[in-house]
Amino acid sequence: MGAACRKRPLLNFEFRDLNAMSQSITINVNGKDHTINADPDMPLLYVLRDELGLNNPHFGCGLAQCGACTVHLDGQAIRSCITPLSSVGGGKVVTLAGLGTPDKPHPLQTAYIEEQAPQCGYCINGWIMTAAEFLAKKKKPTEAEIKDALSGLKCRCGTHISILKAVKRAAAMMG
Amino acid sequence: MTKLDKASSFSRRSILIGGGALVVSVGAGISLDTVLSIGEAFAQGTKPPLTPDQLSSYIAVNADGTVAAYFGKMDMGHGLHVAIGQIVAEELDVPFHNVKVFMADTATSVNQGGASGSTGIQLGGKQMRVAAAEARRVLVEMAAGLLSVAADKLVVADGVVSARDDKTKNVSYATMLGGKYFNVELAWNKEYGNGLYAPGKAQPKKPSEHKIVGQPIKREDVAPKVFAQEDFVTDVKVAGMVHGRMIRPPVAGSVPVKVDDSAIKSIPGAQVVWDKGFLGVVADKEWDAIQAADKLKVEWSAVPAPFPNQALLYDHIRKAPARKAKVEKQNGNTDEAFKSAAKVIEAEYEWPFQSHASMGPACALVEIKDGKVTCWSGTQKSHFVQQGLALTLGVPVDNVHVIWKTGPGSYGRNDADDCAMDAAVLAKAVGKPVRLQYMRDQGTGWDPKGPASIHKARAALDASGKVIAYEFLSKGFSRVDVNTNGGHPWDTLAGQTMGVALKSGDGFGVPAESYAFDNKKLGWETIAPLLDRSSPLRSAHLRDPVGPQIHFASESFIDEVAAAVNADTIEFRLRHIKDARDVAVIKAAAEKANWETRPSPRRGQTGSKVSGRGIAYAQRNGTRVAVIAEVDIDRASGKIWARKFTVAHDCGQIINPDGLTKCIEGNIVQGVSRTLWEEVKFDDKNVTSVDWLTYPILDITETPGEVNVVLINRPDVAPSGAGEPSIRPVAAAIANAIFDATGVRIRRVPFSPEHVKAALS
Repeated sequence: MGAACRKRPLLNFEFRDLNAMSQSITINVNGKDHTINADPDMPLLYVLRDELGLNNPHFGCGLAQCGACTVHLDGQAIRSCITPLSSVGGGKVVTLAGLGTPDKPHPLQTAYIEEQAPQCGYCINGWIMTAAEFLAKKKKPTEAEIKDALSGLKCRCGTHISILKAVKRAAAMMG
Repeated sequence: MTKLDKASSFSRRSILIGGGALVVSVGAGISLDTVLSIGEAFAQGTKPPLTPDQLSSYIAVNADGTVAAYFGKMDMGHGLHVAIGQIVAEELDVPFHNVKVFMADTATSVNQGGASGSTGIQLGGKQMRVAAAEARRVLVEMAAGLLSVAADKLVVADGVVSARDDKTKNVSYATMLGGKYFNVELAWNKEYGNGLYAPGKAQPKKPSEHKIVGQPIKREDVAPKVFAQEDFVTDVKVAGMVHGRMIRPPVAGSVPVKVDDSAIKSIPGAQVVWDKGFLGVVADKEWDAIQAADKLKVEWSAVPAPFPNQALLYDHIRKAPARKAKVEKQNGNTDEAFKSAAKVIEAEYEWPFQSHASMGPACALVEIKDGKVTCWSGTQKSHFVQQGLALTLGVPVDNVHVIWKTGPGSYGRNDADDCAMDAAVLAKAVGKPVRLQYMRDQGTGWDPKGPASIHKARAALDASGKVIAYEFLSKGFSRVDVNTNGGHPWDTLAGQTMGVALKSGDGFGVPAESYAFDNKKLGWETIAPLLDRSSPLRSAHLRDPVGPQIHFASESFIDEVAAAVNADTIEFRLRHIKDARDVAVIKAAAEKANWETRPSPRRGQTGSKVSGRGIAYAQRNGTRVAVIAEVDIDRASGKIWARKFTVAHDCGQIINPDGLTKCIEGNIVQGVSRTLWEEVKFDDKNVTSVDWLTYPILDITETPGEVNVVLINRPDVAPSGAGEPSIRPVAAAIANAIFDATGVRIRRVPFSPEHVKAALS
């Protein structure tokens, strides 16, 4: 590369501490406490992905416009890409991986597999986590209610029809 | 790690079978027609070269009897790997679940063109079919020698070859070849990419013999996705990796003249990589890289505003000199016929730039170690990215390994290949592995765009109302202003920003249909790009490249002519369409949708809420599809609900009907989105569609309530593509339904509420 390429020395820990960029913060994710050193202004998404190795929430827009980064905070679906770490506090974070497992799947996960809903699958955090919150609160929803609850989420492959079928199937499973 | 094993861990190593094993000869230097016997030749413990003329480049039998299929294309979300697994299992007579398909890794597959032109099954599957058939033939031949039974007296079931008359005489594929390599040459046609074809001597099975092909087998990769067990390309990490972010100019075409890094000095690991127009940053942590890109102070060169006022875009296209003009289809003499016309019908249609706007902006990870380059990418063309990386980095192509990983869905040349090159430049500059993900504004604002275009159609009628001549001419930006892949620096942002001149190609297309008119001319013209390098409006392939544009216009126009002669639009089409399979899809769709035969527009609708139905049809490289749209329109708001679709689809032999149906549903929904909402906005300086607010797509509240798919299976017709054909007629079907409902013809996409409301008032 050209001469314009400049290398910077890594800053030492003491300097970062003095600079108050990082703090020791404990958060609860999928039932487990994690203590990390991180900038409290950093969005939760980067903690989950880069510090805790939980790849399931995806970076889609960083603007809370698409839902690919959705996780639950105390049962509420939130967009982790704009949620500062400092606002998580003692709340319980649940990611898609914490929603269910192959042995104990959430009905939505079962329904997604049954309906073969995803294509690329990059968006599914938003749909599944948002629907999970909705179905936890609303039993036997109508199709219009499901659509309203999921409005605003993005899927670029156009799997909306399968998503609706999957959510309806899960709603039926959940009684 | 995911449930989808890495190829390297899937027994593709040299494992010689121990003492007493059957050592057999297959291939090189020995006639395959020779009945082989134990000890007559050599085992293939070492891997033959990864070249298209080797059977081992496509098929391997593992020590446990499972089969690995090495596929030089990849699945972009339609479950293509399932269909390929079915084809391979069918030809080899092994259980479907014993086949694993490894996709598009340059170390294990040859260049079959990547995801391209809906050819996954049509061309990629064709090759895998003949390779698997040849593998079976060779294995049966081997068994014949081992069992001393003539090959035509042997049968195969579940990977075990046995004598038809004496099942105790048997030997398994695993015993004969497990863990070793085929050493069989194929008759390669010397082509790489989509056209690669390398058959052996075997004849594939007859369709009537198929047991696995045609079954609705489910995707095994859905569960890992919903349980968050699959690694996407965005999830790959390697030791010592740092994070990169790119910085794009505020005015397209300008370059940095001064870069002040004082604001990012305190960011751990922050480095700037700047070479001419190329400007990026890296930092140890991802969030820090984002901050660094944001805080870096850059002074940009002053350049003239590169773009016209968007309101003048179509005028620009009309007035711009044609860089290339081509008449692709012509019969009769349209000029003469128009002179004798009793009536001439003319119309012009307009289609905007559109973005891939993939769910996530592109991501790539590049590691350069000891002169060897490894790149993880969500590209559709890993073998071309391999070449592009070699040229960008100045290393031999054999030193580059591209590992394809599922990325955010892509629909042609999205931002993935540019990202791989940018990551490579960053990695080389900083001497560390770099994971680069673009930001949303770059994913939408700077991906290669589907080209904007205008389309002029005219028809000459005689006094009886018969069509005596038809002309259709498209004019627009090229579908290959940058190529379909990042195989050359002139086709990538990295190359162009660092000074490699764009080599803009010319390509468009014509309607694919079988209307027989006595005089007919179909052609196109391309114009130069608005900016000759590093342009956020550079145009390239976006799902069904230029197909939606062309067929929006051509199938709307056929509808206009039908209305002008007061004919039912299907009846009018069937008067002129000569291809029997075209007729069949139209009739199948009409029957399924309970089409009422009458001219459009529909009579007797009053009030603000009206509804209508429209049809459009198209061919695409062998596939035929007819789409009937039923839409509701609120005249007061201009809001359209494309409520119901009926799709009749004929792509020859169907490999997996469920996968095909899902694929079609996605095409329809994405087609509705592109028709109703999608338009890349720009001002004179740059693209201003940079996120989901400024580039809206279809919301689930607007999703069609029903998509009814009629699959026409033709087992004796070689399969053609399905990844794109059914998006092709969607816009015209909706436009024709709007006309049916309102009597108003909308000739410009998108049909957003404000556009529709304006058109209706």
